[in-house]
Amino acid sequence: MQSTLGTTVKDFREPKPRGVLWFDPLLLLAALGLIGFSVIVLSSATADDIPGDKLYYVYRQGAYGLIGIALMMALSRFDYSRAREWKAGLYVAMIAAITLTFALGFSARGSKRAINLGFINLQPSELGKLLLIVALAGFVVDRVRRLNELETTSRILLLALIPAMLVVAQPDLGSGMVYLAIAVAVLFVAGTKWTHFAALGVLATGAILLVMVAAPQAGLHVLKQYQVDRLTAFMHPTDNPREQGYQINQSLTAIGSGGKSGRGDQATQTKLNFLPEHHTDFIFSVVGEEYGFVGAALVLSLFALMIWRALRILTMSKNLFGALLAGGVTAMLMFQVFVNVGMTIGIMPITGVPLPLMSYGGSSVLVTFMALGLLQAIYAQARQTARAKGL
Amino acid sequence: MYLDSDRRPTLTPKLALRIAVLGGIALVAFGVVFFRLWYLQVLSGDRYRAEARNNQQREIKVEAPRGEVVDRDGRVLVDNRTGLAVKLTPDKLPRDPHQRNEVYRRLGRLLRMRPHRIERAVAKQLKALPFSAATVKQDVSGPVVAYILERQEDFPGVTVERVFLRQYPHHTIGAHLFGTVGEVTKEQLKDERYRGVNLGDRVGQSGIEYQYDRFLRGRDGASKVQVDALGRLKRELTVVQPRQGSQLRLSIDLDVQKTGQAALAGGTGRGAFVVMNVRNGEVVALGSQPSFDPNVFSKVIRASDYRRLSDPNNGAPLTNRATQGGYPTGSTFKLITATAGLASNVFTPDTVLFDGGSLTVGGVTFKNAGGGGNGALALRRALTVSSDVFFYQLGRDMNGTLNLQRWAQRLSLGRRTGIDLPGELPGLIPSPQWRNRLFKKHLTDRPWSVGDNINLSVGQGDVQADPLQMAVAYATIANGGNVLAPRIGMRIEDSAGRAIQELDAPPTRHLNIRPEFRQAILEGLRGAASAPGGTSAKVFSGFPIPVAGKTGTAEKGAGRPDQSWYVALAPFPSPKYVVAVTDEAGGFGADTAAPMARTILAKLFGVRGDKAKKGGPSD
Repeated sequence: MQSTLGTTVKDFREPKPRGVLWFDPLLLLAALGLIGFSVIVLSSATADDIPGDKLYYVYRQGAYGLIGIALMMALSRFDYSRAREWKAGLYVAMIAAITLTFALGFSARGSKRAINLGFINLQPSELGKLLLIVALAGFVVDRVRRLNELETTSRILLLALIPAMLVVAQPDLGSGMVYLAIAVAVLFVAGTKWTHFAALGVLATGAILLVMVAAPQAGLHVLKQYQVDRLTAFMHPTDNPREQGYQINQSLTAIGSGGKSGRGDQATQTKLNFLPEHHTDFIFSVVGEEYGFVGAALVLSLFALMIWRALRILTMSKNLFGALLAGGVTAMLMFQVFVNVGMTIGIMPITGVPLPLMSYGGSSVLVTFMALGLLQAIYAQARQTARAKGL
Repeated sequence: MYLDSDRRPTLTPKLALRIAVLGGIALVAFGVVFFRLWYLQVLSGDRYRAEARNNQQREIKVEAPRGEVVDRDGRVLVDNRTGLAVKLTPDKLPRDPHQRNEVYRRLGRLLRMRPHRIERAVAKQLKALPFSAATVKQDVSGPVVAYILERQEDFPGVTVERVFLRQYPHHTIGAHLFGTVGEVTKEQLKDERYRGVNLGDRVGQSGIEYQYDRFLRGRDGASKVQVDALGRLKRELTVVQPRQGSQLRLSIDLDVQKTGQAALAGGTGRGAFVVMNVRNGEVVALGSQPSFDPNVFSKVIRASDYRRLSDPNNGAPLTNRATQGGYPTGSTFKLITATAGLASNVFTPDTVLFDGGSLTVGGVTFKNAGGGGNGALALRRALTVSSDVFFYQLGRDMNGTLNLQRWAQRLSLGRRTGIDLPGELPGLIPSPQWRNRLFKKHLTDRPWSVGDNINLSVGQGDVQADPLQMAVAYATIANGGNVLAPRIGMRIEDSAGRAIQELDAPPTRHLNIRPEFRQAILEGLRGAASAPGGTSAKVFSGFPIPVAGKTGTAEKGAGRPDQSWYVALAPFPSPKYVVAVTDEAGGFGADTAAPMARTILAKLFGVRGDKAKKGGPSD
């Protein structure tokens, strides 16, 4: 009986017993809370951004949210295990989409990240986060008996490194780092040996030193100068307050000036445009300024709730594939939350990572909801399996 | 069958540990973020709120125009015009040093200034007042402004602002009175006088602009504005309107001033005059020739202009000869000698002395200027005909007592009169002490001798005085012994002319000179301007106002032409005005200075159609 559980559609379509929720309510609550808060924050932060259209961003983010919730609901009813078979197709599709961006993408502020699909500017690098999780989870499950081999670890990392390099070339440094974080997390949950991670740590340190220090001295600039400046500015924000340190200083000023309970309508840092990118990368600074410590703590609590539920679902998963998926999604969420928030409060470099569900942007919102939909599917099927087992 | 590999227990201890590690990482990260937020928002909130306020608020100084200066009838002498100043906001200059230099270069070519000088001036101003626009050039012509405004992309950070500049509608008239306005210096800022003045503000630097600066200086306004990240103005938060400085009413009469300067310009072109009310010290006119157009000072003056205006070969137009002249006075000094002699009982108004045409003292013969003798005469006649030998004897008799020097000092010679015009010079009354000290230092060829006192008694030799001092001395005799401090500033008013504060003259010194002495002197002077044989009788023949006056012809030596003097008191017998005129190379007093005085008096008393006459070659 166990051999067929969760892999056939027939089982899944058995009539649901009454009184059992087929989704995780706390995870749903966290997601709805965050997207709702995002719309509220955008309505005040962006009121003056588009002349004559106060609700431009609000309407769009709201629409992305609704579509995202629908996608989440649909995915939560999806037998995720089937995706294992599609791993190669998904991986190729991801690489193709990212590569296509170079040809079809349009430039925004010096980087080509999105493809115009008419109703939405799709960022393949965002969608790639989800596709990579599924593909990597599939590849890892295939080699689960050879996890102790260095070759497995190397192959998985290489699979992540290829799309990562591609998006870094767009340039989208943040997404590239998310890909690597996903790969490491998937390996970690799968049970790769600690020694491999130790070796990986040494390698990563070496690579960073090479890219940031050694290569520029040898005349080879892997990262563009503005990327290096942004990455290192958080360590000395007052050095050059008009240039690289500007964003960090303005963000710190915005958050700090919010105080305990926020400045509400007097949030001059946001409303007078001192805070750059206040609807996307720096939306947490807007929360900090307008709603103060109380608001920032509320948002962080919702993220904490979301991550707790994600980890909980990871423990519940009925199979390894689900656990790896949950692990990848958890890593994606955690990494983006901490790097983004850390950036706004000056303890992380500026990398252009969006804050999931809060930052304005269709691709990011939709992909996050789809990832949450996967988590809900894992949850639902785990509950069903447990019930079938009579647990 | 891949499904085998996917089969596993729900939660192995190994997976549990790894999930615990992930949870631990999340916990630590949330902890760090919460503490950081607590630090930023709760502990440092006030500091960041202040920073946010600084971010969005700018204070813009709104310059207040200085008060206007009007004459005694309210006619404008000094007012303001708005000029267009080119300013530079360095924040908005290109960051690239090469492009920035390009802007400086373009600006330099347009404004005809050296680029590095612009850069230096801007840097200096910004050190004093960061975050504000620095002035590059004060008064720029319309076409230049249009050029800049039409090509803003070539001139990033360059703006044009309205500024107030001083304007002198009567050009050379009264030029020596007003003085200049200029940026406050660092030293001045430490002075109590300039409390409330900020670096970069413009204050009076000379003349009455300096003397009455605290009234003329307005109160600058300030508007606090909110700006966005691009520096665009969003709204005004608070506005403090600028307040124009108070209006200053001078005792100057524009018509008399004009007449005086015109009369002086009709002479040899170098000289000075003073018209003063003998009762209260109000200066009705005070001028120096050659004059200049103070409008050149309303903006920063060119070094070449300044050199030209200070060059002695040009007559040093900037010098105010009425208060800084330092001339020998010729026979106009006889009033002082007479007063000294009478007051120290050397002689009486009726003492008769003999004028044989010359006086020999210690082997040196002192002759009358005219050559001939006037016979036996008393004080009145001696003044009327200007007998030198009469006064030589008084000078000789007062030698060794210092009475002559002491009385000259009392009558404000050899000292500053205290007029409300900065820069006044004291002049010199030679004394034995003075000359002997010079002799000891080998700065002169001989010690004091009686001859020095004899020369002084008729205003020749080393004596140095200016028309203002002579006017004060004559006024003292005319008004009963009050040594006046001359005043130009009369009243501080609001812009509608309503008085805010009267500028009272400081207390005067009173000299006890017996009325009969003063009477005798005045009658002697009256005779000079009216009696047959009077030195200026011809000049004033037919003049409807009774004038008492004394000519003077000062010898300058070294072949230079004599300096012509005239000091008039009118109307006789109780004079209201004193007019002191001198022309540096006018020759006999009656030749040049006296006719000028008549012209001035005619204007002063409203005598229409008066035609000045030239007197004969008498002293």
